[in-house]
Amino acid sequence: MNHQYDVVIVGSGLAGLRAAIELGEDTRTAIISKVFATRSHSGAAQGGIGAALGNEEEDHWKWHMFDTVKGSDYLGDQDAIEILTRDAPRTIFELEHMGVPFNRTDDGKIAQRAFGGHTSNFGKAAIKRACYAADRTGRVILDTLWEKCLQRGIDFFNEYQIMNLTVRDGQCCGVTAYELATGELHHFHSKSVLLATGGAGKIYRTSSNAFASTGDGMAIAFRAGAALEDMEFVQFHPTGIYKLGILISEAVRGEGGILRNNEGERFMERYAPTIKDLAPRDMVSRCILREIQSGKGIEGKDYVFLDLTHLGKDLIASKLGEISGFARTYAGVDVNKEPIPVQPTCHYMMGGIATDTDSRVKIDDQNQTIAGLYAAGECACVSVHGANRLGCNSLLDVLVFGRRAGRSMRRYIHTIGLPSLAGDDPTAETAEQIAKLMNSTGKERSNIIRTEMQAIMMDNVSVFRHKDALRKVMDKLSLLKERCQNISIQDKGRCFNRDLLDAMEITYMLDLAEAITLGALNRVESRGAHFREDYPDRDDQNWLVHSLFRYAGQEPPQFLTKPVTITDFEPKERKY
Amino acid sequence: MKSTFIIYRYDPEVDTQCRYQEYSLETAPTDKILDCLNRIRWEQDPTLAYRFSCAHGICGSDAMVINGRIELACQKLIRDFRTANNFVIEPLPLFNVVKDLIVDMNPFFEKHRHIRPYLINDTDAPERERLQEADNQQFIEPALRCILCASCTAACPISRANPDYFGPAALLRSFRYLFDSRDAATGSRLAQIDSSDGVWGCKTMWWCTDVCPKGIPVTKCLGQIKRLVKEKEKDRT
Repeated sequence: MNHQYDVVIVGSGLAGLRAAIELGEDTRTAIISKVFATRSHSGAAQGGIGAALGNEEEDHWKWHMFDTVKGSDYLGDQDAIEILTRDAPRTIFELEHMGVPFNRTDDGKIAQRAFGGHTSNFGKAAIKRACYAADRTGRVILDTLWEKCLQRGIDFFNEYQIMNLTVRDGQCCGVTAYELATGELHHFHSKSVLLATGGAGKIYRTSSNAFASTGDGMAIAFRAGAALEDMEFVQFHPTGIYKLGILISEAVRGEGGILRNNEGERFMERYAPTIKDLAPRDMVSRCILREIQSGKGIEGKDYVFLDLTHLGKDLIASKLGEISGFARTYAGVDVNKEPIPVQPTCHYMMGGIATDTDSRVKIDDQNQTIAGLYAAGECACVSVHGANRLGCNSLLDVLVFGRRAGRSMRRYIHTIGLPSLAGDDPTAETAEQIAKLMNSTGKERSNIIRTEMQAIMMDNVSVFRHKDALRKVMDKLSLLKERCQNISIQDKGRCFNRDLLDAMEITYMLDLAEAITLGALNRVESRGAHFREDYPDRDDQNWLVHSLFRYAGQEPPQFLTKPVTITDFEPKERKY
Repeated sequence: MKSTFIIYRYDPEVDTQCRYQEYSLETAPTDKILDCLNRIRWEQDPTLAYRFSCAHGICGSDAMVINGRIELACQKLIRDFRTANNFVIEPLPLFNVVKDLIVDMNPFFEKHRHIRPYLINDTDAPERERLQEADNQQFIEPALRCILCASCTAACPISRANPDYFGPAALLRSFRYLFDSRDAATGSRLAQIDSSDGVWGCKTMWWCTDVCPKGIPVTKCLGQIKRLVKEKEKDRT
């Protein structure tokens, strides 16, 4: 089936929804998503969204900008970070006007709380900057924006899997999608496409991410010629529930929660004397694992305790209700009485599809773009998070840059007509791919390959990395890619064929895993979330540069670098 | 421990009617039911269909009937069941089955859309936030926990008897906007639901509250709406 729109948005999380709203009622817009819109993973964001509103204490966007630059270990592009933090207060007020039900202060303003790495006066003390709705901030924003889109009558194609981008003469003019309920292929012919497909946390065994977070958009853009940027920077959130990886929000520490080792010691005091438990995530994750390595894990095992027993029932009930439920359900822990067993969990991709600050997708280090193709949100890399994202900056990123994507697409579509597809069937290539998979008689199963990939990535390319292991992972990944050629599909049906979806997702994840590992191997320094045991120091002389990756088929990607944009803050040693 | 899963199956391309299929699986007490379904699908039967995504009770994809009760498959662990080695798993009632445990949720979301689930306020917005009392935000807070999993509506006996009834989930969303002090459409919202298909359809049977996986006091919230309708009526007379 063929559809025509001005703009097709892939992904119904916050970046996609915000872009759709910005496009306005006179733009024919379709949103396609592999899950029903409100199931998008933006809804899992818990703790808050950062903005220097100054509702609780004095604050300035420049302080927020500094914290974000320092949090990024100076790898974030400062022009983009300035846009992000300057636009933050406006973004919050706009959300509030749309109806987002933020918690309130006693005088009726939007309440704010402390979060990791956010400080006053350029690092002096922790500051209350995160706007929140209990510990379900992402969920209420997702609901509000989705409902705004319903009001606007935007066309949703829920449970449609993106398969390929249609690119003709360097111009993106649509996508092919697979309707999960029927197995039918649809072509969405459009002037412009926005990828807002989220992250790829399912590359790792222990992850806070949804099953849907398999990096489809990143991989599809990569294969279509887009450059990926800074892929080696993968955030491990310090406090996932032990063994499960389910996220326990940083808001817990923002509200006063404390990390303790097997001696009951508040060990973060030793590592970050000024802001202690509210140090940025890359540092806290490393500290937890250092404690565990030195035998200070609880009962000698690989976890520590997150203690909120001193916070009081009322605060926990009114501000941390969701995570109390998670601890009770999954760990059997009553947070009022016992600490939560936690360990680092794969949480966020700082890297992604290289874009400029107007969300245009770039193909190389010369800032060349694919006309009509845009990306925003976790799947994109602007880069505002650099080597490490601060908590509550991701909701801000998706909304600020989702809006900017909408705005620049709106400008773009008025400059062109609907590109011609000149009689060819744009779904033919995809139909062939699917037929090949469905008819394959190979012996491989996608879930086995996925499990192996998740294990090697978790064991070798997570918080600590080393040359020897990374080399082996590169070899192993290339073997896994080969084995993918022999995956066969046992479900021969057309209705909700999850087997087929799994087989496609594993190839996406492997392409991305390869870029992550290659970046980790090539970057011979430690910066932000990327820590090399064999190169434990930051090397600004040689590595104050972004990594860029270009797709090379069965071969590992081509690796390039490009300079970081520095405006206000020269790189300094990063201490908290 | 060996557990048996008896699962409702229906494939529209093959089956003329539903059937039940039995699987057995080694399980641990801390396994989620969703983990078990995943393992059955990965290791035994890739054709098994069900919805899932976040796997920790926030996306609302995987409401289904487990041993006769509506639950989220990702929020129930093997150890939560007394008959820990025997499970019967079926799709949500009320909705048409598309395949296996997947139901057609369109009627559910149609009703959601019908109640105008967005803030209505035509006055010019101030430069900063609209002020709202903390108590007012806390009053609607229970409704903010809703993840649109449809458990309440699927459980509701009235929804089963009257297909035109808005159902508890849509009415709960109504509550969320009606009592939000920033919303200016109270009158027209109340007019829309002041009927037996609307809030008066609720006969206070508590099934919605009972099954809500987020612990929302749905019946109580609907009761607040009824009270508001009555108060406004009194104001008029």
